[in-house]
Amino acid sequence: MVSLSSYLILSAILFSVGVVGFILRRNAIIIFMSIELMLNAANLAFVAFSRFLNSMDGQIFVFFVMTVAAAEAAVGLAIIIAVFRTQETVNVDEINLMKW
Amino acid sequence: MLDYVGLIPLFPAIGFAINLLFGRRMPKGIVGFIACTAIGLSFLVSLLVFADLLKLEPTSRSLEKVLYSWIPSGEFQANVGFLVDPLSMVMMLVVSGVSFIIHIYSHGYMHEDRDFSRYFTYLNLFVFFMLLLVSANNFLLMFVGWEGVGLCSYFLIGFWYEKKSASDAGKKAFIVNRIGDYGFLLAIILIFVTFQTIDFQAVFAAAPEKFSVGSGLLTLITLLLFMGATGKSAQIPLYTWLPDAMEGPTPVSALIHAATMVTAGVYMVARCSVLFIMAPTSLFVVAVIGVATAIFAASIGLAQNDIKRVLAYSTISQIGYMFLACGVGAFAAGIFHLMTHAFFKALLFLGAGSVMHGLAGELDMRKMGNLKPHMPRTYWTFLIATLAISGIFPFAGFFSKDEILWKALTQGGYTFWLVGAIAAFMTATYMFRVVFLTFHGKSRVDPEVAPHLHESPGMMTGPLIFLAILSTIGGFVGFPIVEGWNRFNEFLSPAFATPATSMALKAAEAGHHSAGFEIAMMVVSLVIAGLGILFAHKMYIKDPSLPDRLAESYKGPYQLIANKYWMDEIYHFLFIGPAIRFSVFLWNIFDDILVDGTVNGVAAIARGGSEVCKRLQTGYVQNYALSILVGIVLIIGYYFFR
Repeated sequence: MVSLSSYLILSAILFSVGVVGFILRRNAIIIFMSIELMLNAANLAFVAFSRFLNSMDGQIFVFFVMTVAAAEAAVGLAIIIAVFRTQETVNVDEINLMKW
Repeated sequence: MLDYVGLIPLFPAIGFAINLLFGRRMPKGIVGFIACTAIGLSFLVSLLVFADLLKLEPTSRSLEKVLYSWIPSGEFQANVGFLVDPLSMVMMLVVSGVSFIIHIYSHGYMHEDRDFSRYFTYLNLFVFFMLLLVSANNFLLMFVGWEGVGLCSYFLIGFWYEKKSASDAGKKAFIVNRIGDYGFLLAIILIFVTFQTIDFQAVFAAAPEKFSVGSGLLTLITLLLFMGATGKSAQIPLYTWLPDAMEGPTPVSALIHAATMVTAGVYMVARCSVLFIMAPTSLFVVAVIGVATAIFAASIGLAQNDIKRVLAYSTISQIGYMFLACGVGAFAAGIFHLMTHAFFKALLFLGAGSVMHGLAGELDMRKMGNLKPHMPRTYWTFLIATLAISGIFPFAGFFSKDEILWKALTQGGYTFWLVGAIAAFMTATYMFRVVFLTFHGKSRVDPEVAPHLHESPGMMTGPLIFLAILSTIGGFVGFPIVEGWNRFNEFLSPAFATPATSMALKAAEAGHHSAGFEIAMMVVSLVIAGLGILFAHKMYIKDPSLPDRLAESYKGPYQLIANKYWMDEIYHFLFIGPAIRFSVFLWNIFDDILVDGTVNGVAAIARGGSEVCKRLQTGYVQNYALSILVGIVLIIGYYFFR
């Protein structure tokens, strides 16, 4: 039997990888994938808790998170494509028009 | 018909509304027709109400008609209501009647003006407020009318607003009136504090019960009321606006600045006669100011060359007579003179307007002369008005002015009579000076204007003739001496006779004088007027070089009156100059530095803060993400380590 803490440690590692990727990478697509990674790390923690607490609440939450993630992916990718069409780049260092 | 008294001010208000909303799009004929009809209907209703009032017993001729409650605020109750008694009835008849005649005259006089509809809009509004003033049943509603006529006066003095002098004169009139209105307003507040009501009848009923004659509070109230009256009625010291007000169109001068509005102060004093009689000090002040103004303004009138300005000073002087009458307790005589003055002074102004019309707007009497053959109707009507104002039997002014002088002598004392008589001499002199300079002698008319000399159209001479008839016969309603012939006095006296007043009046009339003495005094005043006329005749007809020689040999006095005692300059030095300097100080220090500094300072702080904070918004998504991360770490760290 794998212990709960193992799941949580894996979830924490996945989340940290997502955060670091989000902060450090410059490619918008990669940043986007990092977000998905963080979401799925959270999902993993939910499912683990759900299993060990014998409650279905966490799994229901996961469904919602996946739905939102799918919607977000659709919108986010559309934005990235739109940005690429005008800026001809997806490098976030070069995309900084939204300021004073 | 007495229930419909509200219609009297309503008609001019309707005329005002129609001309305000549609006047610009309607032809001139319709605009003038609506305005004249509105006033005509008002006059008609006034006549019907008057007829109904006459049917009542003399003692019960005082009716109130409350339309609705206007300001119900705790103890303070103000209604929109009308008071119909002989005093307000006389005023309503005079105001609506004279207004009607002058409206018709205006239709002819202003026909060429491009702002024809604006003129009649203002004029109707004026009549509305004036009728409100004279028919109100409480102080506050009267004050509304009081302020309203002041506003319309401002509009109409500055009617030709492109002219700097006209708009300046309008402002001067408004501001000087403001000083008087301030006193009136204080008086109203004081009346409410003292009596807990502002209804005329309630106040006048309570005054004799609450106070004894000569009480300090009543003296203060009446002096404040009189302060309001000096402003509106152009008495010393607030008279300076009236001569300047002649910048307005001439029918306006006739209606507002001669016949109706400027006499509102006299009406107000007469309306509050109960209060004034209980404050002998105030009455004395009223009489002194009145007689001083009468002689002061008359002396200035002797040396003015602008025909309308002579008439303006004459108006000030005549209103002084009315206040003299009120001051010696002869309120009915004051109102009588108010009425006859409305007739002949309106006629004089309209005649002057007719002369201006014929002379392409010329006002300077040195550029007139020998107009009699060219303008016969204007001449004869003007002459009648001049005879009336000089106090020649049997014209209207004789009866009213003689009654005032008689009352001044019997109830006031010899000094009042003497000063009044000298002023009467001056009145006859300066008025005949106007007649002789304008209509007689050699023509000094500008050669360019001379060929166009013409009599005014019937629309203008008609009202002149009508007013001339009134100036001739108007005095007979107040025929003195013969018992029962002084109907005017009999009609009015119930309005002034409350128990307290009649006692005071009886005391004043205790020394009964014989009819012979009264007739003798009449002859004396006739002789005085005759001397004035002869004097003017000698100066301006027989020996036209005499005035210049007199001015040469009495240089000091002549300069004094020709420059109006330098009163404008003195006021400018004493009040206007310091006020301007104080305003400049406020502008430079208070406004520019304090107010603007505060407002701009707040804006500058906001801007400076933004300059610093805007650096945070870099536009880089990852900067934002980092700051979110840092925030989360801090929050979790806080819970973790606490």
